[in-house]
Amino acid sequence: MTKEYDLIIVGAGPAGMTAGIYAGRYMLNTLILGMLPGGMITESHKMCNFPTYEEISGTEFSQKLFKQVQNLGVKVSPEQVENIEKVGENSNDKEEFKIKTSSNEYIAKKVIIATGTEKNKLNVPGEKEFLGRGVSYCATCDAAFYKDLAGGVVGGGDAALSSALLLSEYANKVYVIYRKDKFRKANASWIKQAEEKENIEFVFNAVPKEIYGGEGKGVKGLELEDGRKIDLEGIFVEIGATPEQKLSKEMGLETDEKGFIKVNKKQETNFEGVYAAGDITDNPLRQVVTAAGQGAVAAHMAYETITKENN
Amino acid sequence: MTNTYEVNDANFDRKVIEQSKETPVIVDFYANWCMPCQILGPLLEKVVESYEGKVALAKCNVDDSRESASKHGVRGIPSVKMIKNGEVVDEFTGALPEEEIKGWIDKNI
Repeated sequence: MTKEYDLIIVGAGPAGMTAGIYAGRYMLNTLILGMLPGGMITESHKMCNFPTYEEISGTEFSQKLFKQVQNLGVKVSPEQVENIEKVGENSNDKEEFKIKTSSNEYIAKKVIIATGTEKNKLNVPGEKEFLGRGVSYCATCDAAFYKDLAGGVVGGGDAALSSALLLSEYANKVYVIYRKDKFRKANASWIKQAEEKENIEFVFNAVPKEIYGGEGKGVKGLELEDGRKIDLEGIFVEIGATPEQKLSKEMGLETDEKGFIKVNKKQETNFEGVYAAGDITDNPLRQVVTAAGQGAVAAHMAYETITKENN
Repeated sequence: MTNTYEVNDANFDRKVIEQSKETPVIVDFYANWCMPCQILGPLLEKVVESYEGKVALAKCNVDDSRESASKHGVRGIPSVKMIKNGEVVDEFTGALPEEEIKGWIDKNI
């Protein structure tokens, strides 16, 4: 049987979860669909710029967020959304949405898209093959597996340097592998901290060509385009992220040239009844605090619209 | 009887390797602090129960059982391995939706 909701939120990161908190407090019958409560922030070693927390790990923040949402009676279901389409009209002559996942179908009066971004891949041989056996996209999750081993972080931004610092607490050697001749985007404080670590070495002008290993074993090393080889057992990839575009393309949501969904100050998209919030939108600052704010606005606007339609 | 049980370094060989010679065993390498593990764990348990004993689920906490995790090359969690006749026949890393877990089990048992 198709279950009906006032509001379905697609994505369980800070934007989707905050929308859930607001919707829960507005007593909207709400469902959050997402595979990872907390989203990408769960992978952050530490967050130091969220009001009230001088420092908190991404995992702890996500667990608190998850608990807060659940305590409000909002269900978070680990399902991947396959498509969203407009269907018919409800008793108030308003259109509704059908949301199909791999295991269920739902009907909702309003939808908030908060699917965030996905980490970029290197797209080199060995990357897929050694996933979970030496290739990782999350130092917070996996750094501890490299105690007294050598590891590398590919990338040159804040995420790459903070991952390298965390990895250096466990690994005996950490290479930061970056395609440019110096760090250009990273925050100066991360660069300074990494420079001061004895077991961190910067490898510049380095473009990965292949990740190699032994037969049936884990990673043994990384070969670069210029022929250099680096012996290491683990590679952490931190080369940015791109927005999840499948749903927005299928629905015909208007995006910018990079695929971020265009929204107005009410978090409305060009599709009536569909709002977007968080890193998936064209907001110029992609942080937990801005995602949370957008999620709150989206849920509030959905609530106002549903209330008007019901009266 | 439940088809899900905890394993550790002391009983891994008996409850996973030896047991897999009778029934395929899925090992879920996890940690309590890992958010994707907290999502995947209950899904795996639910799906495995629906197979009514055709496959078992052994849950291995990597913080308590470092030797088993290291021996099986675990370098990321959640790490899930299908063991048949004492050998790893397939594996995946990260949380998957319920239907994909079912498809993965069907392919391997």
